[in-house]
Amino acid sequence: MHHWTKRNVVMMCSLALFPPPLSGDGETSQYNESNTDPSVWFEDSPALNLYFPRESLKPHSRQESSSKSAFRDHCETLYTRSAGAWRDAGLSGLLNEIANSSAEVPKWLGVSSSCVLALLRWVSSFHSSLFPHLTLSSEEMTAEFSQVLDWSDCAVRSFAWHPHTQKCAVALSDDSIKIYNPKSATTPTLKHRLQRSVAALQWKPLCASALAVACHNCLLVWHVDPTSLSTRPSSGCAQVLSHPGHSPVTSVAWSPNGPLLVSASPRDTAMLVWDVAVESCVPLHRVGGGGVTYLSWSPDGSRVLAATPSSLFRVWETRMWTCERWPSLKGRCQSGCWSPDGSRLLFSVQGETVIYALTFTDNPGMPLMMSGGPKAATVVADLSETTLNTPDGDIMVGGEIQSLAWDPRGERLAVHVKGDAGAGRPAMIAVFKTQISPAFKLLPCGFVQGEAGTEPRLMQFNPNYQHGAQLTVCWSNGKITHVPFCFMSAGNPQPGLGGSPSLPLTQGRPADYNNQTLYTELIS
Amino acid sequence: MFSSDQSCCWFVRKVICWRAVASMAWSVLLLLPTTALFVLLIRFSLFHPILWISECLSLLTSASAIFSFILLCGVVLMVGFFNLEYYTVVPSIACSKIALLGQVLHPRQFVHSLVHCIMGVVVAWCCAFTIGGRYRSLGHSCTQDESSSGPEMCLNEYHLVLLLVGAFIGYSHSLVGVVYNMNYVSFHTMQQYKYLRFKGALPLVVKASAVQALYCLRTFLLLYFFMGYAPRAWICKTLDLNINRLTSQYYLNLPPRPLDLNINSSIHSLDSVSSLLDLSLLYHLWISGTFLLLTWYITVLLFRIFVTEVYSFPVQSTFTEDAHQCLPKVITGTQPMILKFLALQDLALLSQHSPSRRLEVFSLSQPGGHPHIWTALSKECLSLLSDLTERLVAHHDTVATNGRAKSQSTGGNKRSTTSSEGSVTSVGMEDMKTPRPGALIRTPGSVFLRSSVGAGLRTPLTIPFTPDLDSPFSSPALRRLTGPLEPQGALSPGFSSIQSPHVMRRGPKLWSASTDSQLNGSPPPSPGPAPSPSQAQLKPSFLVTFLQNRKDQVKHFLAKRMLIMYLFNKLPEASSQALFADSQVHIWALQGLSHLVAASFSEDQYGIVQTTLPTILSTLLLLQEAVDRHFKLPHTSSKPGHCSCSMGDDSYKTLRFALRSTLKTSVYRITATFGGHLHAVQMSAEHRKRLQHFLEYKE
Repeated sequence: MHHWTKRNVVMMCSLALFPPPLSGDGETSQYNESNTDPSVWFEDSPALNLYFPRESLKPHSRQESSSKSAFRDHCETLYTRSAGAWRDAGLSGLLNEIANSSAEVPKWLGVSSSCVLALLRWVSSFHSSLFPHLTLSSEEMTAEFSQVLDWSDCAVRSFAWHPHTQKCAVALSDDSIKIYNPKSATTPTLKHRLQRSVAALQWKPLCASALAVACHNCLLVWHVDPTSLSTRPSSGCAQVLSHPGHSPVTSVAWSPNGPLLVSASPRDTAMLVWDVAVESCVPLHRVGGGGVTYLSWSPDGSRVLAATPSSLFRVWETRMWTCERWPSLKGRCQSGCWSPDGSRLLFSVQGETVIYALTFTDNPGMPLMMSGGPKAATVVADLSETTLNTPDGDIMVGGEIQSLAWDPRGERLAVHVKGDAGAGRPAMIAVFKTQISPAFKLLPCGFVQGEAGTEPRLMQFNPNYQHGAQLTVCWSNGKITHVPFCFMSAGNPQPGLGGSPSLPLTQGRPADYNNQTLYTELIS
Repeated sequence: MFSSDQSCCWFVRKVICWRAVASMAWSVLLLLPTTALFVLLIRFSLFHPILWISECLSLLTSASAIFSFILLCGVVLMVGFFNLEYYTVVPSIACSKIALLGQVLHPRQFVHSLVHCIMGVVVAWCCAFTIGGRYRSLGHSCTQDESSSGPEMCLNEYHLVLLLVGAFIGYSHSLVGVVYNMNYVSFHTMQQYKYLRFKGALPLVVKASAVQALYCLRTFLLLYFFMGYAPRAWICKTLDLNINRLTSQYYLNLPPRPLDLNINSSIHSLDSVSSLLDLSLLYHLWISGTFLLLTWYITVLLFRIFVTEVYSFPVQSTFTEDAHQCLPKVITGTQPMILKFLALQDLALLSQHSPSRRLEVFSLSQPGGHPHIWTALSKECLSLLSDLTERLVAHHDTVATNGRAKSQSTGGNKRSTTSSEGSVTSVGMEDMKTPRPGALIRTPGSVFLRSSVGAGLRTPLTIPFTPDLDSPFSSPALRRLTGPLEPQGALSPGFSSIQSPHVMRRGPKLWSASTDSQLNGSPPPSPGPAPSPSQAQLKPSFLVTFLQNRKDQVKHFLAKRMLIMYLFNKLPEASSQALFADSQVHIWALQGLSHLVAASFSEDQYGIVQTTLPTILSTLLLLQEAVDRHFKLPHTSSKPGHCSCSMGDDSYKTLRFALRSTLKTSVYRITATFGGHLHAVQMSAEHRKRLQHFLEYKE
């Protein structure tokens, strides 16, 4: 499944093969294998080098309990309070309210509601002993299952490039979303009453304006008119999609060629498939897993990866919406990404330091029952801790994987490694070169580093970069930078260029034979 | 025409009927567990669980239970038959209260209601039999202390109430079905296997039936409390039974009549509040009602699921006798409607998911080398889309003139006058329609609903245009017929027959061009066959004006009556909904076209799509413009409303939003695939500008 060149004796790519990172310094992020100046490739859109210092963002201080104690009028009648509790927190809230106000209700009612409440709690404790994530609060849950490293502390909560044009949306920790477009002077800021703890953003493909936002207890789909000059689109521009029991929403994914949107919540066992235009949804229930945490739609639209909080993930095919289960992992599936042709899925598992691959060989156009699916996942890369020698001394790299990103051409794979600050292993991004056809290859490429003392929190490839691939990284200090990888695509090979396997690998040292060409093509 | 008849026959015979039969078979099968569950629930006793289970088991296996089960099967089959007979894929949208009333009172609907009423009684009888005990029979022998005249038969009111509840729920099911378009069968965006779809919908159906039964029960009890005497007395009179007048006689000290000697009867009459609010009675009634509705709803659900299942038509066939079953032929057919829908759905799916079938579409005919398949498919899709565009433009014109002038009567009349004189525009539009008269709309289920008092004189042709009767689509002859009886349009709020100067100015200006060209006698080239000149052209115009004046007077007179105002007022949103009632076909046409065009970029070996590309683009852009204008009209909400939880499928209400979004996505799909190559496509400057917006992602 992972055929390496014959000269390459290692079966699996590991960090030991990587060139050591340069000592990080300077304003821009370092991409240490490239000898091109990043600014050259980014001069056309300077406005997109963004900086959000955490101090400038007002902390989100609307704790639910605090606002309740500050504003609730305790002279309300029992009926009003019960109605409010029912609306806010459902049956358990109502029972709680009745049990707490025993002075005002008949004794039998108070006692019976206390009993029912105790029973409910007992049942739910049983339930949450099966699925421990259910004991988390919504915020904790979002932080736990987000693709962003240290989500609750992060100034930039989420980031999304538009799939077709140079435009991006940034969700900030003050619950606002800003939209940057280098071609336009206005920067719309999106705010909405329901837009709290944004966990994910995604632009609708084949559309200029629609942006899906995964919020605390609903989904918002903003329609931001690109020609409008307004900097504060009203909340009337947002469609609110909510479904009982579907909160917090931690992941959203648009179908690449259609009107469908899938959303996931760790508390809801069903994955919702929305027809956004008509605001209707179809819940897809399956037993097991206890929720859905992360969704990723394959770029060809034929499959969806759905990770659950337990050691199980599913791959749905989108023709008839059947799924295949992948149980018996070591932990939950933390992240995953698809190759551009949708034939290969790479995923990482919490608690492990390796990348697995699944290959789907069937024809995506045929309505078949997942028979062409793989039988087993193979390990394609190992990112366990390694010591690398640099001129400044040895540094430790590696660790658990936070997220994965594959560039839209399928040539670079970025792996966000969590690291362990206590053990002296910083979080970092390791970049692999990949080749999908004729054989799947994964070759080490380099590390992406930021300024000293910063760590990457979030990364995404820019789908509209013309000269290769461009990785957008949000750093812990609130900066967003863009790291270009310039190469000729292997799809239109040039003589003497582009992933020819004839070049010998020399123990992880960069071997740059291609300086004479227009763009550097670095084989490490 | 012959081929379409043929295709209609084979399709209904081979596919639709079998699907309906399969759905009925499954509903009958599902009746078993439903009945078992019902028996368990209705005989539930908390304190004697073992007795309860054993009783239920013995009941379920008894021969008499099998008899009532057979009765229930018969009812389910009947419901399935009615589903098949009454279903429609294009909802009938009543644009005013009077139209709704007309639908309810239509004879066909009357048959439906009556049969459902009877079936409700039958199911309730089975329920009564199952519950046993005090519900078992309509009459019971009154045990009498003084054995004077042998056993007397008294009326068992519990039984009667149960039967009446069955009848009431049966009737209300039929009635609600009309109001909420329960016979409308909608197609889903997501394809799922039948079992999974059923499994997903089952909880909703159970909930809907329980809730609906509760509402029905509430209404029924109110009715029965106030008017229950009538059926009671009637039954007694007919069957010569006694009414148990235990309480009333006892308390009122009426002298007991000779037949009313049943003092010790254990069965009370049910005409007091306290006796009606008997918890066990309510529980039994509610469970029985839920059971009744659940079995029927499951039948409806299964029918919908089976009939909307994707059918894969062959793109081309090797044998000529099967040619009428191929996609290009089927898609141009008009009858039955479901065939066209399924064909377009298949087209949308094949264009999206099936490269091998796409290759067939892009292939050339073997002798001759003509792209017949692509031509037929694209032509049909394009004509559907341009039909919709014209419909929207016409609607917009009507509304725009009226909205501005606040006087529909004059504006509309002006229009209808000119158009009956043969305006080019209306003739052209009628031409567009003539090749397929009324075809888009007429379905077995939908025809009857429309022809009714208010809508009685409208042919199916005009149905999608019910909101604006004065639209140029309805033929002038028809309009004249409906004119005096049809004050609907003019009675919209705020309309009066004052001739505002705007209209006076606007009317002639709008239509002068058409009159000119009519005089010139040079109608513009129309895509259809020879234009059918409306007979109204030959009529002298003074008759028309006379009729118009009468119409105005009638309208003016009626507009002052509150009730009539209420009945004839247009329902908000309804006109917009009616305009897009069959938009599912347009959505599929858009999806199919855009996916095929996008795929042709890499898969079309002979370049056949390129020849049609300018037409496709201009059609899409024209439609885009029309849709944009439609959504800017007042009274059209820009966001879909939220659906209520009931069995009535109201997805037709949101079709226009789906269409808008699909349209944009389709244009983007083409521009994203072709990119800068589109500059080489010939098109008008305005369209080029519009397309440039799409290319720059600024729409």
